[in-house]
Amino acid sequence: MLKQVQHDGGGLEDALALYIHWPFCVSKCPYCDFNSHVREAVDQAQWREALLVDMAHEAALLPERRLTSIFFGGGTPSLMPPATVAALLEAAERHWGLAPDIEITLEANPSSVEAARFADLAAAGVNRVSLGLQSLDNQALRFLGRAHDVEEGLGALDTAQKHFSRVSFDLIYALPEQDEAAWEAELARALSFGTGHMSLYQLTIEPGTRFAALFAKGELAPKDADEAAGFYELTQAMTGAAGLPAYETSNHARPGEESRHNLTYWRYGTYAGIGPGAHGRRGGLATQRHRKPENWLSALARNGHGLQEEAPLAPTDQAMEALLMGLRLREGVDLDRIAALVGKGVADIVDLAAAGRLERAELIRRDGERLAVTPRGMILLDAILAEVVRA
Amino acid sequence: MTDLSKIRNFSIIAHIDHGKSTLADRLIQRTGGLTDREMSAQVLDNMDIEKERGITIKAQTVRLDYTARDGQSYILNLMDTPGHVDFAYEVSRSLAACEGALLVVDAAQGVEAQTLANVYQSIEHDHEIVPVINKIDLPAAEPEKVKAEIEDIIGLPADEAVLASAKSGIGIDEILEAIVTKIPPPKGDRDAPLKAMLVDSWYDPYLGVVILIRVIDGVIKKGQNIKFMQAGTQHLVDRVGAFRPKIENLPELGPGEVGFITAQIKEIAQTRVGDTITDVKKPAAQALEGFKEVQPVVFCGLFPVDANDFEKLRESISKLRLNDASFSFEMESSAALGFGFRCGFLGLLHLEIIQERLTREYDLDLITTAPSVVYRLHLRHTKDEAAKTIELHNPADMPDPNRIESIEEPWIEATIYVPDEYLGPILKLCQDRRGIQKNLTYVAGRAQLTYELPLNEVVFDFYDRLKSISRGYASFDYHQIGHREGDLVKMNILVNAEPVDALSMIVHRSQAEARGRHMCERLKDLIPRHLFKIPIQAAIGGKVIARETIAALRKDVTAKCYGGDATRKRKLLEKQKEGKKRMREYGSVSIPQEAFIAALRMGDES
Repeated sequence: MLKQVQHDGGGLEDALALYIHWPFCVSKCPYCDFNSHVREAVDQAQWREALLVDMAHEAALLPERRLTSIFFGGGTPSLMPPATVAALLEAAERHWGLAPDIEITLEANPSSVEAARFADLAAAGVNRVSLGLQSLDNQALRFLGRAHDVEEGLGALDTAQKHFSRVSFDLIYALPEQDEAAWEAELARALSFGTGHMSLYQLTIEPGTRFAALFAKGELAPKDADEAAGFYELTQAMTGAAGLPAYETSNHARPGEESRHNLTYWRYGTYAGIGPGAHGRRGGLATQRHRKPENWLSALARNGHGLQEEAPLAPTDQAMEALLMGLRLREGVDLDRIAALVGKGVADIVDLAAAGRLERAELIRRDGERLAVTPRGMILLDAILAEVVRA
Repeated sequence: MTDLSKIRNFSIIAHIDHGKSTLADRLIQRTGGLTDREMSAQVLDNMDIEKERGITIKAQTVRLDYTARDGQSYILNLMDTPGHVDFAYEVSRSLAACEGALLVVDAAQGVEAQTLANVYQSIEHDHEIVPVINKIDLPAAEPEKVKAEIEDIIGLPADEAVLASAKSGIGIDEILEAIVTKIPPPKGDRDAPLKAMLVDSWYDPYLGVVILIRVIDGVIKKGQNIKFMQAGTQHLVDRVGAFRPKIENLPELGPGEVGFITAQIKEIAQTRVGDTITDVKKPAAQALEGFKEVQPVVFCGLFPVDANDFEKLRESISKLRLNDASFSFEMESSAALGFGFRCGFLGLLHLEIIQERLTREYDLDLITTAPSVVYRLHLRHTKDEAAKTIELHNPADMPDPNRIESIEEPWIEATIYVPDEYLGPILKLCQDRRGIQKNLTYVAGRAQLTYELPLNEVVFDFYDRLKSISRGYASFDYHQIGHREGDLVKMNILVNAEPVDALSMIVHRSQAEARGRHMCERLKDLIPRHLFKIPIQAAIGGKVIARETIAALRKDVTAKCYGGDATRKRKLLEKQKEGKKRMREYGSVSIPQEAFIAALRMGDES
């Protein structure tokens, strides 16, 4: 039972997002567990063709919808030839059509080589970049295994702000050697650059990364939860005061500058994912493509798509996903809509007794059909989810 | 029929590790009971646990043929006896079936407390005791010093002690010869009515219940109708034999002989150890003096970690009980742990062995609650009920304190042997555990301590502490000396203001605060942080005597979560919820199951 047709694609909102994964990096960063691979040579023509075929497969399954966002992620998509980006965007328009205010984001490394391509990428249609700045401290950048230094990174940011109307950048904080005063200074400087969006992540040790190996050997001591809580609270206070409050656990924006693409994930909308390892959600199905670039290519040649798995999600699983994604947002979730989507009652998807307890503790807020985690509760989200989400 | 003068029945008394099982194996090998190929190390310790721990739990017996230096053929019946204090009752049965004993003492370690207890039992039975100094080939062996100890401490002449090394096969012939020449033959009358002692019994899946007997008078043979004099039941003997150590069927067993019978009995509960077996048609006039009935002294609750395993636990416990009549069980339910069993044991080692067998042989995950002893409660009369005395096995069943006139607890007399240098801390340990010193003597650089101690101070971790303080050199033995009144109170542990029944315990008032503080500190580390702060209190009645607080969780959030992570995050959440199922909910607090027993370990007392 592969095809499950539902009225609007099965999501909670009308948005339709397209994610395109470019899996290659020049080197692997020690903290990163994304699906990235280092290859000496990439056959650019082959890869462009393959991504186009993968896209056509998804387009055929999601007809009569216009795209509201496209996101090039990786890996390092700023290493893609701008012509490939242009070809993919043309194809997307041909398959689906683009909403007039479509958001087209590309993740970029803040190196001078890549900054030199920004003009061509903008010309191809990209209207938003997300720069992997990661730190404004050279020592920290070396610790994080980044190839750029602060000067080069800020140069790239400057170029980006010239070519794209919307620019975001990432910073990683609560590093082992960092104290709150240093982070306060760094964040104040970051806020002065005037971008409308920032992703601020606390360093986490992900399984399978070099940091995880160092951690296992006792050679890396991440901040404990109590220390990290102090950093988090400082971050909330500063970004709020600067007019870029958190709209999601780690994402901050001026009102209206939120990432519409990522909002589609968190609002549990419909998204197609193409390229190695990309995930999608359409019509109650979870799709996942082969992670390893070579496997994805051969699957594509064999089947005309890169899918490794396409499986229907049980209603309770869908409810769980909608809740765990949606409660990351300050706006929270609409319980009635989620319940209706999966054909269950509200009491079947959330533990109302636990919710009452957490509400009295001011960790969550209920307002009619809406359920949201309070700013105070956001730092405890995982523990809260374990309490309220029914499965 | 065997001539009485050609029979020798003997046991081996030894401290754990002093080489009893190895010596038994050598004797079997030397007399040809088994070929070299059939000898697996330590033949007599049948159970895996016995082999691993190097201890003997059940009495075993083996019949050896030996041609002595006088040219005559003898039958030697070796009764193997457990060395541990918990199994002292098994020792007494085995001893009752013998006329003598080999006292095996380690040439380097000398006489130990447990050895002493068994030797005294043996002496009480008027046994001839042959000292054997084992492991004489060890570099640290001091046979002369050990001889002096045997004479000083036990009061046995040791100048003719056999010097041996069971491991290397030294002195084995001398031991066999000493058995024949020093241990007297049994007495008995073949023509008298049958009188045999029921020494032990166990369930064998092929033979049914196998009964180990020692014939005093008369003859027992296949096809005979026999009667258990105490139980009053009658059975038809369908097999008579001996272990060599392999089973050998015999036409009959006569006076002085040790062997087994089967009589189509299905449950060992029907065979009371110490009972007298006689002939139905020609019964003995008087039964033998039986054994003291074995009473469990330590109790604890056993609960399955997975509530669905309750039936499996019931079946497994019932099966174990088939072969170990010395432990008792009854169903119990706890608000925290669900359904389980309250089980009674002969001691802590017995408890550990049963728990280990359930885990290993029956593949069960268990939670063990705090070991408790049997208290005697004198209750005042009420409007509806007269004053009465009850026995309390489970602290959770403690009646309203207002009804309690007084509480008595079991006391023991402990004998401890310890090298001088550790004496100070051992005295302090006994003192801290409310001990009353009765005696202290020194022999050859070692102290022999006698203390009276409340059993409830011993069941927790006294033995572990003793071993760790003395680096393993102290030895310990005890026997019960009855109940005494004590200022005992029930201490409750409250987590987030709710009492947790599985953690409640009965303690002496003077110990309550220290133990309460310790429990609260341990629980603080064992219970994970929650979204709210959790007070942990120890209380007697309404009075809080110790308190700790688990701070609320400060941060628990996944930094990054995008489209592809929905699946992964959902699986993590499912796993987290699965993990919560392995915790016990107390109000709104989840307590990990391992915390229940871990909280009770006293750890290092500073």
